Amino acid sequence: MGNHDATAAPVTARLNIVISGVSSDAHTWNLVFLQLLLQEWGHQVTNLGPCVPEALLVDECARATPHLVVVSSVNGHGFHDGLRLIGALRQRTDTTRLPVVIGGKLGVTGEQGAADRVATLLAAGYDAVFGDDVVGVAGEDVDPFAETLRTFRSFVDSLPAAVTC
Amino acid sequence: MLTGPTPAAVTDGAFGDFVSQAAASGHLVVQPRMGFSDPERMRAGLRAVRTAPAVTVGTLTLDSYTRVGDHRAARDALAAGTDLNGYPLVAHDPATTRAVLRDVHGPDFPVQVRHGSADPRRIFTALLDVGLHSTEGGPVSYCLPYGRTPLRESVRNWTESCHTLAAAAGRGPEPHLETFGGCLMGQLCPPGLLVAMSVLEALFFRAHGLRSVSLSYAQQTDTDQDVAAVRALRRLAEEYLPDLQWHVVVYTYMGVYPRSVPGATRLLELAAEMAVRAGAARLIVKTAAEAHRIPTVQENVTALRAAAAAADRTRPDVGTRRPADAPTGHGGPDDLLSQVYREASTLIEATLALDSDIGRALLSAFARGHLDVPYCLHPDNAGRSATFIDERGRLRWARTGNMPIPADLACPRPLTASDLMNALSHVERRCDAGHTPTTRVEVER
Repeated sequence: MGNHDATAAPVTARLNIVISGVSSDAHTWNLVFLQLLLQEWGHQVTNLGPCVPEALLVDECARATPHLVVVSSVNGHGFHDGLRLIGALRQRTDTTRLPVVIGGKLGVTGEQGAADRVATLLAAGYDAVFGDDVVGVAGEDVDPFAETLRTFRSFVDSLPAAVTC
Repeated sequence: MLTGPTPAAVTDGAFGDFVSQAAASGHLVVQPRMGFSDPERMRAGLRAVRTAPAVTVGTLTLDSYTRVGDHRAARDALAAGTDLNGYPLVAHDPATTRAVLRDVHGPDFPVQVRHGSADPRRIFTALLDVGLHSTEGGPVSYCLPYGRTPLRESVRNWTESCHTLAAAAGRGPEPHLETFGGCLMGQLCPPGLLVAMSVLEALFFRAHGLRSVSLSYAQQTDTDQDVAAVRALRRLAEEYLPDLQWHVVVYTYMGVYPRSVPGATRLLELAAEMAVRAGAARLIVKTAAEAHRIPTVQENVTALRAAAAAADRTRPDVGTRRPADAPTGHGGPDDLLSQVYREASTLIEATLALDSDIGRALLSAFARGHLDVPYCLHPDNAGRSATFIDERGRLRWARTGNMPIPADLACPRPLTASDLMNALSHVERRCDAGHTPTTRVEVER
C-alpha cells in the first residue's frame, strides 16, 4: 500500500523509505507524523501502517529494496516486537545490511531500563534507536522531542541515496 | 476467585428500553469504559458504577488479546496472574463471569460489552452465554483504524456476529448493538463522515436482523459543530431507521487528552453539555487520569458524577430553530446543521447506490474512495482525504479525494508534520490553557 498521500511526494525523491509499526501495536498517528516529516525532507515514503507482521515487512523490503526502514511503536511493546523484527531482517542475506532504525515509546517502564534497551536493540542489528524514553541525554533545557528529531534528521541525511541492500 | 455454587445465567434488562426510559424522564445515561482481568475487581467496578450518584449503565471492556482473538494468550496471562488491560470474556469460564454479574446487572442496570474486534464472533457467543445482550462496534469502525484485517473479512465476520446476536431476540431482552462509526480514528475526522459511517453501520446492523441500535458520535474540536453533528445524526436516524428502536450515544473526546485535572474535567463537562443540548441519550465518559494511565474505579465514579452534574445543569436546545435574537448567517448553528446533514446524506446515498447489499456497498465505497477516512493507513482505505482545524476551531476538509463532497477552499496549505502535531494537540492545549499540566495524576481510591 503506502497510498496515504497527505502531501505529494517530490518528483525526485532522495531516498525510498519504508515506515512500519510493529506486530502488536495498533497506533497510527505516530506513523502518519513520520510520513509527513520524511516527505517534507524530500523522501519517497511507503507507509505499511500499524500491526505489521514481520513476514510482511521482510517481503516488502525484499520487493521494494528501500534505502531505509523506519520502525515506530508507542504501546510499550516496541522493544520486544522490535527485537523479533530485526532478527527476521538480519538473518536474510538481501536485508542483512539494509539500514533499519526504531523509535517511539519502546518499553513500559519509561526511562527506567531505557539505556539497556537501546544497547540491546543496537546489538541485535538496528542502526540507530530514537526512543522517547531516552531523556536526560541532551540536558535539562533541551526539548527531548526536538532533540530526537534533530538526531533522526542527521541520521537520515547521512545516508547515501545509492545504498543498496 | 469468586466462589459459591455455579450460578445460572441471570438475564439483564433491555439496554435500549433502559436508555429510552431514562431519556423520557430527562436523564442523560452515563457510562464508563472499564475492564479488569481479575473477576473480583471487575465485579467491584460494576457495583461502584451501579451505585454511583447518576443514571448509569455498566461496561465490560475486553482486553487486547481477546480483541485480536488470541484467547490462548489471555488464558496464559490469567494462569500466570498477569494483569491484562481488560476483562478476557472468552478466556474466563462462563460461570466466573456469571458470578461477576450476579445481582449486579439486571433490568435497572444493563451491562454492555466493549471490545474493538474485527472478528467478534466468539465474543458475541460468549456474552450471550453469560446472559448479556448488548455490545458495540461495526464492520468498518472496528477494522480500518485498528490493524490489517481485510475489510472484506471484517464484513463477513460482522455479518455472522449480527446474525448470532439478532437470533437471541425472543429468548430474553431485545439485543442491542451500538455503532463505533462515529469515532473512526478518534480525531481529525470532520463530522459529515462520522455521522455517515454511524448511520451506515446502523443500516448494516438492521439488514442483519438487529431491532435496537445506538448511533455513536465522538466529541471533536468545537461544541457548536458537535451539536450540529448530533442533531444531523438524529435527523438521519429518523429518516433511515424509522422501524428500529434507536438512540444517540456521545463519546467524550477520543484524541490526545488534557493533562491537567481542570482541563480534563472541563472537556468531560463540555461533552455532557453538548450531548444534552443536541438530544443525545447516553454519554461515555473519560477520567482525569486519561492522559496518564488506565483509570481506577473511583476515578471512573468521579467522572460519572461530574458528567451527570454537568448534564443536569444543561437544558436541551429545543427543535432546530434558534431564538429570533440569535445571530444568523454564515457559520451559524443552522448553517452547521445543514452542512453536516448534507455531507452525511450525500455520503450515505452514494454508498447505498453501489449495491443493494449493505456489506458489498461498503466494500465498493471504500474500494472506489467514495468513503475515505482521513489519516487511516489501512490497505483498504484510499488515503486521499485530509483535514484541518480552521481559525474558529472547527474541523474541515482540506482534501476529499474521490468522495462525492467538496473540500473547503479555505484550506491554507497542505498539512505539514508540524501542523499535524498542532492539530492533534489542539483540544489538549485549549483545555489545559492556564492550568499546570501535571505529569502524574495521584491515584484516587
